[in-house]
Amino acid sequence: MSTATTHDDHHDHGAPSGLMRWVTTTNHKDIGTLYLWFAFIMLLIGGAMAMVIRAELFQPGLQVVDPNFFNTMTTMHGLIMVFGAIMPGMVGLANWQIPLMIGAPDMALPRMNNWSFWILPFAGTMLLSTLFMEGGGPAFGWTFYAPLSTTFAPASTDFFIFAIHMLGFSSIMGAINIIATVLNMRAPGMTLMKMPLFVWTWFITAFLLIAVMPVLAGAVTMMLTDRNFGTSFFDAAGGGDPVLFQHVFWFFGHPEVYIMILPAFGVVSEIIPTFARKKLFGYSSMVYATASIAFLSFIVYAHHMFTTGMPVAGELYFMYATIMIAVPTAVKVFNWTATMWKGSMTFETPMLWAIAFVFLFTIGGFTGLMMGIAPADMQYHDTYFIVAHFHYVLVTGALFSIIAAFYYWAPKWTGHMVDERLGKIHFWWSVISVNVLFFPQHFIGLAGMPRRIPDYSLQFADWNMISSLGGFAFGLAQVFFIYVIIKTIRGGKAATAEVWEGSHGLEWTIPSPAPYHTFETAPEVK
Amino acid sequence: MAMDERKQANRRVVKRLGMAALLMFGFGFALVPLYDVFCEITGLNGKTGRIELEEALSQTVDEDREVTVEFLATVHSELPWEFRPMLRRIKVHPGEVIEVNYFARNMTAEMVTGQAVPSLAPGLAAKYFSKTECFCFTRQALGPGESKEMPLRFIVDPELPENVRTVSLSYTFYQAKPEEAGKEISMGSGTLDSIM
Repeated sequence: MSTATTHDDHHDHGAPSGLMRWVTTTNHKDIGTLYLWFAFIMLLIGGAMAMVIRAELFQPGLQVVDPNFFNTMTTMHGLIMVFGAIMPGMVGLANWQIPLMIGAPDMALPRMNNWSFWILPFAGTMLLSTLFMEGGGPAFGWTFYAPLSTTFAPASTDFFIFAIHMLGFSSIMGAINIIATVLNMRAPGMTLMKMPLFVWTWFITAFLLIAVMPVLAGAVTMMLTDRNFGTSFFDAAGGGDPVLFQHVFWFFGHPEVYIMILPAFGVVSEIIPTFARKKLFGYSSMVYATASIAFLSFIVYAHHMFTTGMPVAGELYFMYATIMIAVPTAVKVFNWTATMWKGSMTFETPMLWAIAFVFLFTIGGFTGLMMGIAPADMQYHDTYFIVAHFHYVLVTGALFSIIAAFYYWAPKWTGHMVDERLGKIHFWWSVISVNVLFFPQHFIGLAGMPRRIPDYSLQFADWNMISSLGGFAFGLAQVFFIYVIIKTIRGGKAATAEVWEGSHGLEWTIPSPAPYHTFETAPEVK
Repeated sequence: MAMDERKQANRRVVKRLGMAALLMFGFGFALVPLYDVFCEITGLNGKTGRIELEEALSQTVDEDREVTVEFLATVHSELPWEFRPMLRRIKVHPGEVIEVNYFARNMTAEMVTGQAVPSLAPGLAAKYFSKTECFCFTRQALGPGESKEMPLRFIVDPELPENVRTVSLSYTFYQAKPEEAGKEISMGSGTLDSIM
């Protein structure tokens, strides 16, 4: 590999000005910023929908919205958060950080990168526009099971289908870009086993995306033809099978949850060593654990379908395979703990979020194990216990890691230190309210409250009210986060190149804020 | 890595991963027949088979064993029909060819076409339960107020596992499009046929 030949034609100027800068940009930092803002706006929209849900569930009975709109809210909240907030948020981090961490001047395919982002706002708008259509938006749950999403769905469902197609295109292009960048753009000396763990987790996630997003596209295409062109993939009357939908959907759906959590593992694996002032414990075992989680994710999906009447042999297989995932995941949790063990720990805001991640994600992991036990799952299936579980892994897991990543890398992005006092207020406010919000949902779920229903029986009233109060507080905390973000962009203590005392890696060798073009001459990695 | 070299490498990655994505799109559709094949081999889905009458008659009857066959009927909410088995249950010897009837009546003043879809429980017994004649093989049309007794001829395979003493055969009648009346669909790989 030769160095110094990687510069492009416009390396001597900074960012162009004006709106067109953002439309035509091929700069990985600009695109990363666009992704992060898009994700944040979607987080607020999806969050507003969650507030509607919690307001309706504040008391038993129907008082705030009508049941169909409630169902639309649960559906859209899920779709927006998964495809609009968490996934683009993670891609935004990848765009900003991967080139900086492997010493590359940009992503491998900058023009495609621009496309992958700019599809998103259109897909998001199309998805949201269904709310204003006749018959309302999709109201069949984010898992859109047939025949609810085919025979009995509103007309707007076709717009939902095309929105999913577009989001899929965006994700696949983003994934191809990340793999090409990691394979071809590493600085000399940056061998695969020297790559920071965040890069590794994203590299593996990108393969997952390429494997399963097309299957999702296939599933929605079958829905489309079932709805409009007389096919019967999921229609028993025509010889099809509604359970087939669940097989195709969860073949995508299970790897999808790892797509959302693996990059989060990467973020936390960067932050903890910095503030423990130790090298990450068990680097190579982390890489292998990530790869084995990714592999296992393909062969366990039917644990979402234990109640469909699977034969006992099938239940046993999927039960054992599912529980096996706890092994590589535990390797990770123990490695993080071992990294902190006897470290010179300090508790700056990013570290607080990262520790909360380890603690709370593990709670979500444990409830996942409970649901993996097939006979026990008969009780948990489709109750609030499930809702509590996946919010522990996705909110206090994936979302917390993105927020941690903001507090960790924002000084590099903006050149300003984040106000520690505000960051800590945001942290404690969020971490307390999020537990008030989701922990009681375990109780009402075990007691039998079903998910996706606007009304409930009286015995669930108290915990629902507490959960709603926690929800409003958590929602408000994220509005406060807007203030923290804007304040950090506007000003603050100037950040040094290293930013954190214990920081390590190539991104901390360039000045803060990161110049518009970096590593045009590849750095030497020892 | 030199500039051109890197460009070439990138192009190679895009080509390969693009192909992989396309293949996976195809795989999503391949899951449809794969699912049917898997269910047929294992009998997981309660999908029953069809054999010729001669083949059924050539089976040796196991006089020492009795299996109870129960009959169930469901009508889909969009189909304005009355539909029920003429016989609730019957004791049969494995290997015997048995004929029973279902009853259907159109309760409207219009011609209506329906399609019955069978399912057998326990699912694992499905591959030991075959039919030589069934009203579910074709779509059924009933004129205004018309009623009909519809025959079903089946055989329980003597190979049926010892622990299965009762099987339940259930039919759901769905509304079909009128122009498709009498059209044959094969139940084993119904999904594929109806797409073609």
